[in-house]
Amino acid sequence: MEAAVFILSLVDCCALIFLSVYFIITLSDLECDYINARACCSKLNRWVIPEMVSQCLTTMLMLVSMHWFIFLLNLPVAAWNIYRHVKVPLGNMGVFDPTEIHNRGQLKSHMKEAMIKLGYHLLCFFIYLYSMILALIND
Amino acid sequence: MSAPGSTSSSVSGYNHNSMPNGGAAPPRQNGPAQTYPPPGYYGAPPPPHSYPTVPGKAPITNSAHYYQNNHQQHHQQPLPMHHVAPSPYSAPPSSGPPSQPFATLPSPAPPPSNTQYNQRPLQQQQQQPPYTTPGSYYGQQPYHAPPAQPLQQQQQQQQQQPSLVPAAAPGTGAPLYPIVSYPSGPGSSQYGTLSSLQSPPTPGVLPTQMGAPLHQYNTLQPASTAPVQPGYGVGPPGQGPTVNGQGSTAPTTVHQHYDHSHQALQSYNSYGGTGGADTDQAPSRATSVHSSPGHHQGMQYGYVANSGASSASAITSGPAAAAAAAAAAAPPSSSSSEDEDEEEDDDDEEDEEAGGDTSSSTTGSASPVPNSYDSLEGGSYPDSLPPSNDMSSQAQSYGSYGYSSMQPAYPQGPPPHPDSSPTQDQYESGYQHYSKPFPNLSQLSAALGGLSGVPELEQEALTPINLMHERNLLPPRPLEAPEPNLNGDLKKVNCSPQTFRCTLTSIPQTQALLNKARLPLGLLLHPFRDLQLPVITSNTIVRCRSCRTYINPFVTFLDQRRWKCNLCYRVNDVPDEFMYNPVTRSYGEPHKRPEVQNATVEFIASSDYMLRPPQPSVYLFVLDVCHNAVEAGYLKYFCESLLENLDKLPGDTRTRVGFLTFDSTIHFYNLQEGLSQPQMLVVSDIDDVFIPSHDSLMVNLKESRELVQDLLTSLPAMFSQTKETHSALGPALQAAFKLMSPTGGRITIFQTQLPTLGAGLLQSREDPNQRSSTKGVQHLGPATDFYKKLALDCSGQQIGVDLFLLSSQYADLASLACISKYSAGSIFYYPSFHYIQNPAQLEKFQKDLERYLTRKIGFEAVMRIRCTKGLSIHTFHGNFFVRSTDLLSLANVNPDSAFAVQMSIDDSLADSSLACFQAALLYTSNKGKRRIRVHTLCLPVVNQLSDVYAGADVQAITCLLANMAIDRSISSSLSDARDALVNAVVDMVTSYKSNVSNMHQSGIVVPSSMCLFPLYILALLKQKALRTGTSTRLDERVFAMCEFKTQPLEQMMQMVHPDLYRLDNMSDQGALHLNDTVVPQPHLLHLAAERLTKDGAFLMDCGNVFYLWIGKCCNEVFIRDVLGCSNYASIPPNMSHIPELETTLSERVRAFLDWLQDNRAFSSTLHVLKDDAAGKASILQHLVEDKSESASSYVEFLEQVQLQISK
Repeated sequence: MEAAVFILSLVDCCALIFLSVYFIITLSDLECDYINARACCSKLNRWVIPEMVSQCLTTMLMLVSMHWFIFLLNLPVAAWNIYRHVKVPLGNMGVFDPTEIHNRGQLKSHMKEAMIKLGYHLLCFFIYLYSMILALIND
Repeated sequence: MSAPGSTSSSVSGYNHNSMPNGGAAPPRQNGPAQTYPPPGYYGAPPPPHSYPTVPGKAPITNSAHYYQNNHQQHHQQPLPMHHVAPSPYSAPPSSGPPSQPFATLPSPAPPPSNTQYNQRPLQQQQQQPPYTTPGSYYGQQPYHAPPAQPLQQQQQQQQQQPSLVPAAAPGTGAPLYPIVSYPSGPGSSQYGTLSSLQSPPTPGVLPTQMGAPLHQYNTLQPASTAPVQPGYGVGPPGQGPTVNGQGSTAPTTVHQHYDHSHQALQSYNSYGGTGGADTDQAPSRATSVHSSPGHHQGMQYGYVANSGASSASAITSGPAAAAAAAAAAAPPSSSSSEDEDEEEDDDDEEDEEAGGDTSSSTTGSASPVPNSYDSLEGGSYPDSLPPSNDMSSQAQSYGSYGYSSMQPAYPQGPPPHPDSSPTQDQYESGYQHYSKPFPNLSQLSAALGGLSGVPELEQEALTPINLMHERNLLPPRPLEAPEPNLNGDLKKVNCSPQTFRCTLTSIPQTQALLNKARLPLGLLLHPFRDLQLPVITSNTIVRCRSCRTYINPFVTFLDQRRWKCNLCYRVNDVPDEFMYNPVTRSYGEPHKRPEVQNATVEFIASSDYMLRPPQPSVYLFVLDVCHNAVEAGYLKYFCESLLENLDKLPGDTRTRVGFLTFDSTIHFYNLQEGLSQPQMLVVSDIDDVFIPSHDSLMVNLKESRELVQDLLTSLPAMFSQTKETHSALGPALQAAFKLMSPTGGRITIFQTQLPTLGAGLLQSREDPNQRSSTKGVQHLGPATDFYKKLALDCSGQQIGVDLFLLSSQYADLASLACISKYSAGSIFYYPSFHYIQNPAQLEKFQKDLERYLTRKIGFEAVMRIRCTKGLSIHTFHGNFFVRSTDLLSLANVNPDSAFAVQMSIDDSLADSSLACFQAALLYTSNKGKRRIRVHTLCLPVVNQLSDVYAGADVQAITCLLANMAIDRSISSSLSDARDALVNAVVDMVTSYKSNVSNMHQSGIVVPSSMCLFPLYILALLKQKALRTGTSTRLDERVFAMCEFKTQPLEQMMQMVHPDLYRLDNMSDQGALHLNDTVVPQPHLLHLAAERLTKDGAFLMDCGNVFYLWIGKCCNEVFIRDVLGCSNYASIPPNMSHIPELETTLSERVRAFLDWLQDNRAFSSTLHVLKDDAAGKASILQHLVEDKSESASSYVEFLEQVQLQISK
């Protein structure tokens, strides 16, 4: 059971890592002018909700399986993702808005955020891996 | 290639090209086909409710519903596109040049005296001495020269074709290469002399030019060997462009190109796609374009002197050129053989496609050159290398010079290319002597830069002023832009502050210094304003190879063959063509070319700068005809105005117009030539809008003129009985978008109420009780992203949307404005418009509309703003879509909108003493020409905080802060934005006190350059956009915000801080004498009620409106002489103009008003106010120094600031 939980969260975490990398690549493409703002934003906005859902999934999984430390580790990120999604102004086209992204250093802050998330997910990945092995051994 | 050949090919090229349009028909037909409701619906007699308007449509007899007609029309007229513009593309060679240059000045009847042209007569007056010297700033000055006066026309033509002017070259002989630029000196006379010489055009030659433009020249050029002069001389004198040999080749390439360009067109549709397609293209382009420069360099430098160039060119142009080895000299662009031509076309196509794909991106990323924006605005590399023969002759002449002194200069700039270092060695070893003329670069720039500056000026700007004591701070005349602290030559040649203005005219060296100053760094641009400027037709537009900067007056010529870019410091070659100065007809003086003599120039762009054939002018009017609109009665005035100005609509023979009206249904108008009457087609299916007929809705104005006139005369009556109250704006816009997307163009919407049906419907969000709340104001942002998305779609299809909102109720401008904001349109708002009850608004509407319809317009435009390495732009303000980091996409550009950007300093600017900014606007003129307008601004870099303050431009800072505050109030809240503004003052004062001022007195001490800053900020806080506590309708507030974002600085400052003058005691002292009229110059007064004395008459100039306030005890003479009334009591209440009386006083007042009016685009309305309650209400809100019900007075504000400082 324990092992199953961690295997699931490991898979989830992998997906999140890939997503972070995808965000970083797309944003840097925009930075270098390889794609235009409109294309970039519609690409990224599509993945905002999946990202949120999978992050929440892990969090819930940890809550249910009562791994408090990992749950607390996940909570802020899940909360941030939800907050970010909810806080989008009515007139904007999503978390990434093509008309705003070049203004006020938004591109940079999005980039920074994606980087931090990548690091965080990598950390989580190893924690899950360790926990999974531990659980498998214990079984 | 003979002329006929070229024309015919061009025509066929066009036809080909139109095929995609025709070809697009099938998809479009699909559209309707799919969307038809089930056949039963159509077959059956239409249910009455779906044709509510039918009875009202009496005048249009043939108002057959769309449903029946539609099919027939489709099949009957399969290929209408050919009619539309039979020969547009063949036109340019024949008709183009002569008529074109004046497009830059659409403003009505140019006054006889040239001074009028100047946007700021006063300024000019004062600055005349420096300008009247030959230095032709905008090319206007020379007109002062007596001989030039009558010949303006020719002169301007001249400007466009500067090349062939047989002007005497002053100082041609002396090769003075080392100096950066000769802003005025000898070149100055260029236009002046030009005109006089040019005016009698050599009759024999002219016809040839017209008929067979430039062809001979082109072939000649390669042939003409060493004696360059003759070669150029042979070119038909009148036809300036010839010099470049552009004329002949450009058209052909363009047309051929079109043949191929289907894909380009398609991919263009969505800003050029992403991914796939261009990955294939990019590498090939990269090789064809980018690597070639490398070759050039290597070759050129490797070989001794310049003769290398010829072989380099052979290499670049590839196999084809090898075939044409005999004519190796032929520049690739001047195709000497068919093969070459074709190949080049292919290349071009690739270029463009890649450009079209991203306009700024090379997905391939394989390009070896760091910055590869060579598409769109970038164009391709000027790969036409000069003929070798010329080069060899050159080489001889240079042979004797040495470039040894170049060596020390080099290390200064970062070595741009690895392969350039060997070059230096070459030069060094090869040429040892002759060192003097090229001073060390650092010396040079030091000499040029501001370091040696004008200390007195600085001192004056730095005089500390204690605002608590000094009360009379206003200058007697309206404030002018501070002059950058540059040396004389640079100052003279610098861009006009009306076009290009920086908040800090001395750029701080580091971000740390900037942060210390607590002032925002940004640029305010008004790039497309009406002005006269030199137009250059040139084969190669000389640009930096790495950053694509256009050559400008602030580049450094290292020697005669190389120039150093002033933005990225790369060393570039001077193309051979550029060595020839068409103005002086001398060779070897690249620094005297008009590009290097003027900070504002306009190039006629070649096909490299096109993604598709230049579009025609296309105008679509979308008119609200619901009950509310009919009540307001705007339709009649719109139709009248359009009828009057139909001929003045900017455009050529290809101009197309269309009309679309909507209430709860959408009505199209078939105006196909040959119909006896306009035909109305009603589409009631607003959930899935389709276009009933593809070819006959947007019609050629020339061909269907009578039908258009018919429609405009009958339109107002058609809907007079309508009872429909719903408004389906969203679907109408979708329809308009579909109608326009094949061509691009301008959509003009007239809307009178909240959209209530279909996509994009809006709810009323305003709570009238909250209008005057001091707490946050809600709903400043859009309620839906529908309009934003649509605007981005429009922008992608090169459609600009302008919005006229004439609403008496809340119409959610915050949401509607998005449609214009992101498609680079303009917004007009007439609150409580009613044709009877509100004559003031009606008058304003009519005046605005006239200007709007007749003003210049640029289509499918993009603008790129470049700045010196180390500076970067991080935020943009204005109406446009930022397509990539520094590329603004402007579907339409109009002369009345301005832009602002904020910058930060990424790297220290310590190694240069000058910072430069260049804005390049690429657009299609209404005559179907691709043009590039380039403005370059040069400012000194300083490392002292005091210098930064001395160069602060208080008006620009205020405008930029206003823009920032508006962003803040939308993204955060209004109160935040207001606090931020107050903090800006507090921070500035604190910083100045602690860092610069050594006076330890209490009070608010500011440098005199910034003494008006607190006043302006207070005025900002009292503007409609940002005020709280005073009842302000949401729409008006939002509109004020939109205005702030798009208004040029002068107008905005007039709104924020109106000018107040006393008129009844004007004297002629200091008056301007223009022509025969005397324009008095009364002093500015503070905006305080105490200044409005009872015995005076005052004029308040608020930009778009003048208030003439008559005091109760006003001098009877004034009332009689100026207003034509016997006494105060007999002044009528709603007087809105000044009678033309024969008295001196009246003449003076009218001259003054006219003079104020002359400087602005939109004509202002005048209101005569009496000293009564109604009059006071309108004027009091502008008296910003006074306390109002909810805002503090100036003194209170200062106290508040002081309190915060001492905290």
